Amino acid sequence: MANIKDLSEKIPERLGPGHRLCAGCGASIAVRQVLMGTEDPVVAVSATGCLEVATTIFPFTAWKIPFMHNAFENSASTISGIETAYRALKKQGKIKKEIKFIAFGGDGGTYDIGLQALSGALERGHNFVYCCYDNEAYMNTSIQRSSATPFGAATTTSPAGKVAAGKVQFRKDLTAIVAAHKIPYVAQGTISHWNDLVTKSQKAFAAQGPAFLNVLSMCHRGWRYPQENTVEIAKLAVETGFWPLIEVENGTWRFTHKPKERKPIEEFLKPQGRFAHLFKEENKHLIAEIQKEIDNNWTRLEHFCEASCKIT
Amino acid sequence: MRKVVAMTGDQAAAEAMRQIEPDVVAAYPITPQTEIVMGFAQFVADGRVQTEMIPVESEHSAMSACVGAAASGARTMTATSANGLALMWEIVYIAASTRLPIVMPVVNRALSGPINIHCDHSDTMGARDSGWLQIYCENNQEVYENVIMAIRIAEHKDIRLPVMVCQDGFITSHAVEGIKLYDDKQVKEFIGAYQLEHSLLDIDKPVTYGPLDLQDFYFEHKRQQAEAIKNSLKAIPEIFAEFKKYFGSAYDFIDTYKLDDAELAIVALSSTAGTTKVVIDELRAQGKNVGLLRPRFFRPFPKEKIVRALSGLKAVAILDRSEAFSGQGGALFAEIRSALLDEPKRPLTVNYIYGLGGRDIDLQQIKSVYADLEKIVKAKKVKDLINYLGVR
Repeated sequence: MANIKDLSEKIPERLGPGHRLCAGCGASIAVRQVLMGTEDPVVAVSATGCLEVATTIFPFTAWKIPFMHNAFENSASTISGIETAYRALKKQGKIKKEIKFIAFGGDGGTYDIGLQALSGALERGHNFVYCCYDNEAYMNTSIQRSSATPFGAATTTSPAGKVAAGKVQFRKDLTAIVAAHKIPYVAQGTISHWNDLVTKSQKAFAAQGPAFLNVLSMCHRGWRYPQENTVEIAKLAVETGFWPLIEVENGTWRFTHKPKERKPIEEFLKPQGRFAHLFKEENKHLIAEIQKEIDNNWTRLEHFCEASCKIT
Repeated sequence: MRKVVAMTGDQAAAEAMRQIEPDVVAAYPITPQTEIVMGFAQFVADGRVQTEMIPVESEHSAMSACVGAAASGARTMTATSANGLALMWEIVYIAASTRLPIVMPVVNRALSGPINIHCDHSDTMGARDSGWLQIYCENNQEVYENVIMAIRIAEHKDIRLPVMVCQDGFITSHAVEGIKLYDDKQVKEFIGAYQLEHSLLDIDKPVTYGPLDLQDFYFEHKRQQAEAIKNSLKAIPEIFAEFKKYFGSAYDFIDTYKLDDAELAIVALSSTAGTTKVVIDELRAQGKNVGLLRPRFFRPFPKEKIVRALSGLKAVAILDRSEAFSGQGGALFAEIRSALLDEPKRPLTVNYIYGLGGRDIDLQQIKSVYADLEKIVKAKKVKDLINYLGVR
């Protein structure tokens, strides 16, 4: 693993400056870190969402690499077509170069509306990386809940009100769902741990077959915290165990980073306005529920790691 | 070298695809298109084509993958029917607006609901405003030839639009007819090599496809699409001429049968034209001046040709195999009637909606339409503008 200075010198900027994502947006940081994962040329696809609308407004584009946006739910099937065209034309000798392929989607485009297309592309075994920049709600259309929105978070379609305390369901474990496809490489990462994320991206691009990166990407507009705290919030997600840094390499689960001692979940919840209502006296029991879920998930992951190590 | 082989309409489409040998085919099975996908999958499995086939998990992904492949410079095809086309809908429009020359045989089937697997044109008529070109085939020979021709049409530099090649579900898709097949080499030579100007895989000249297009440009891009459709009316006859030179078959935007001296005519798409021709021969033997106009293309809409062919007639019955729920008749009727409106001397027009959900259209029904036309001419007016043929 090189240092970030070396990486940025070796790998040309792929998502250029001038895009219109918010200052302090986690998505562009995530995309730039993930695109440092290969020195080979890359073709990128994005689902409809913040990343797409803010990086391509005709006649401008922030992409310095070939880029396609098709629709909301189909970035995985679109990249399937591109990667297949590449194989077809390479076989005929019309293309000589080694090219890598990556599809980006937000949590809405991945966990929800794009899940079928993603599952299909993984099952078919296309040689590509899928990167979900997971900001835990439909941010592009003003913070509506998705199946990645955590329990208790207030969104515009799961608001906190007089009788409701934000989202009533726990989030979907997409990483585990993807791992169940038995693809070569699956990982969870986030931008505060850039070394971890770039290493995972390198593994994902190097994998023979589909690879999946689930990257927690802060959205200060939706999560309600000051924009300069993006990286700090990411760190807290890792240190509280809210977002475990794990990878599943050829079926073997592994923690790539374990905090020495997991901080209480309040430290992640407290700085974010979307959880403010949880700190009212009558809702405090919900925080205990969240802590319990995080502890259970951690134990479950430890079991996965232990059990999968025994399979050769 | 030519040979005549017994084939269904689906097999004819698959055979044309084998000879075209696209770089990428992404397809999902649906009745009655299934035999196209099965047939082509076998060609891939037997190594008879080099095509990379993507067995997608839905039609939505089929068209999505086609869009990705076509933007990467691959000659790309798929095929579908009815609900499959409906599931693709969103991406059907994107394929056209991205100006990607995808060719898609569509086996016409009634759109749910209620669910029905048999022929009508509700599926492709619903897609008439999508920006795709639409060719309708009367028989298996036309299916075969139109699929081949569609490649050239889609890829023509003045057109660059996707093309649907439509045939009637079960009526032609599953009916065996003798079709004349052309030599593989000759077909390859006719379609030629394909080179996309701006490919996603040209990593030295990166391009962005599918950007956000707001108030300041979207309208111009839509206007360009309309221009491409207009251009196709000029460019397609070049391809007809070349096809005739290669293979001998003469094509036009419309097909007519005993229309030159006719006073009464039926307008119908696809296989219903065959049934109508039989009735025409019978009525002609009785001294009746009856004829047929069959639009081969619905997009581009061959207005000039249709108007020229129909304007001198006394009465015309336009048959629609789909309901538009507009109270103004089916799509074919509405557009042809509108096209005739500016003619100083125009025929009386009447609409028949028929054959929904695969309901048989028989000789007797066609005869009754010509009989109605005689009454209309006598009365000098149309009593019922919209009629339902063969409904209980």
